Amino acid sequence: MVLDARGKACPQPVVLALRALETRGEEPLDVMVDNDAAVQNLQRMAAQKGCPAAVLPGEGMWTVRIGQPDGSLAGHIPEAAPCPTCAPENAVVAIGSDTMGRGSDELGKLLMKSYLYALAQLDNPPRTMLFFNGGAKLTTEGSESLDDLRALEEQGTEILTCGTCLDYYGIKDKLAIGSVTNMYRIAELLRTADRLVQL
Amino acid sequence: MENIKLTKLAECAGCGAKVGAGELARLLENLPVHADPNLLVGFDRSDDASVYRLSDELAIVQTVDFFPPIADDPYTFGAIAAANALSDIYAMGGEPKLALNVMAVPEDMPREAVHDILRGGYEKAYEAGALITGGHSIYDPEPKYGMAVTGFVDPRKLLTNAGAQPGDMLIYTKPLGIGVMTAAIKAELAEEAAAARAYQVMMTLNKAARDVMVRFRTHACTDVTGFGMLGHLLEMAQGSDTAVRLNAQAFDVLENALSFAELGILPAGMYRNRRFAESAVEAGDVPLALQDLLFDPQTSGGLLIAVDPEDADAMLEALQVAAPSARRVGEVEEYRGGKRIFLRNGD
Repeated sequence: MVLDARGKACPQPVVLALRALETRGEEPLDVMVDNDAAVQNLQRMAAQKGCPAAVLPGEGMWTVRIGQPDGSLAGHIPEAAPCPTCAPENAVVAIGSDTMGRGSDELGKLLMKSYLYALAQLDNPPRTMLFFNGGAKLTTEGSESLDDLRALEEQGTEILTCGTCLDYYGIKDKLAIGSVTNMYRIAELLRTADRLVQL
Repeated sequence: MENIKLTKLAECAGCGAKVGAGELARLLENLPVHADPNLLVGFDRSDDASVYRLSDELAIVQTVDFFPPIADDPYTFGAIAAANALSDIYAMGGEPKLALNVMAVPEDMPREAVHDILRGGYEKAYEAGALITGGHSIYDPEPKYGMAVTGFVDPRKLLTNAGAQPGDMLIYTKPLGIGVMTAAIKAELAEEAAAARAYQVMMTLNKAARDVMVRFRTHACTDVTGFGMLGHLLEMAQGSDTAVRLNAQAFDVLENALSFAELGILPAGMYRNRRFAESAVEAGDVPLALQDLLFDPQTSGGLLIAVDPEDADAMLEALQVAAPSARRVGEVEEYRGGKRIFLRNGD
């Protein structure tokens, strides 16, 4: 489902998207917008609704693709056009929970594990993966995804975990992969990503 | 009379229409500035109003402010625009005396609506003890209203945003969330009571808060408007060459504003303010939506006061009647380089 919200002043794109979310089927909702504030407002709305969202930049516009509340956008994000001379795309995957989607935590944990497994199997790994809040449990001892994250790291993905979050959960000494980062770096990475996947 | 929806005629709402602080600084770059020893606060300072000393006891304070409709009801819009324009005088510790209307109206706007905008302005000016002595009106498809206000202040009691001292307590006198609620109202998502409360907050003069503030050892003051709490706080910290610590949980917040912020019902001005100020802000573990409220443009916001710590309790108590939303929100400290504003999520 595609919603053209270009030329609409905020908060209209969010209002229209909220309405569209109620009527869409299984497909992701694509919201076309032409300003940065609308992009960020839609990302906030998707996060609040527990939906994954990805930002696909276009010519003078962006498409914000919003997935199902309990789903992922894997398979719904076009692979970058093959272009050997282009710089690799700066894709960031931001993971704020050790579960995927809302509903059952038990199912959510399984889904997250299988998402990270699938991500490690795909071509074009993201340049950066950010783990914050409950996501910090995925990069620390006891995580079942360490092997997959290691595979991603070997393919060149930078793995960063929020230091405040490690402190909060008292697991700073248990970090098993990647390095610690702070909110400035996180904010910068989220802002400068060519493509952002939020889970 | 047909019920006209003024905000439908406006691209941006209220102080959200303000040119960003960073952009404004670039626009003003390299323009000639003439010095005058009696110009106590001028162009070169990021303050609320300009202040010119007439004698050792008397200085005039001047400001102008206008914007497109922030409310659908013409009277409410007029009253808010006037309260917002008058506020800059209060923020300098002064008292408004003379005001000129600044107005733009579409040619086909019903006469009653124009009259009601002005009535809102006149009633606020009257409440403030100021005289409206004239003004200027033009035709424009997008309505705009505001005032140029002249006030007086004893130059020895002049309050700028540059006087904050390490150790001072910070007090803010109105609830946050005005810009978010304005956006929610425009999106027709806000409940009637919550909308009415937001308008009431915007229509409230900062006069009563100012009258309390000047009785205490106040070191610095600014009113929080288009640049949001953190934008104006940053100007105060820079102007005073201090750093500040802010408790994000301490603010009174308009009902439903936080949930609208979480839902992404945020004005574009919030993002402009973020871009301007966020490099100087250490956001700590303050949730994103609450940060957004701190960057949210506040049309006709409250007074942000830096007061001597020994007077803080007494001032807060006195403000409970004049400005019931007044809260102690932070502390001023020495600047040690790096970030100027440190947020925390509770005490």
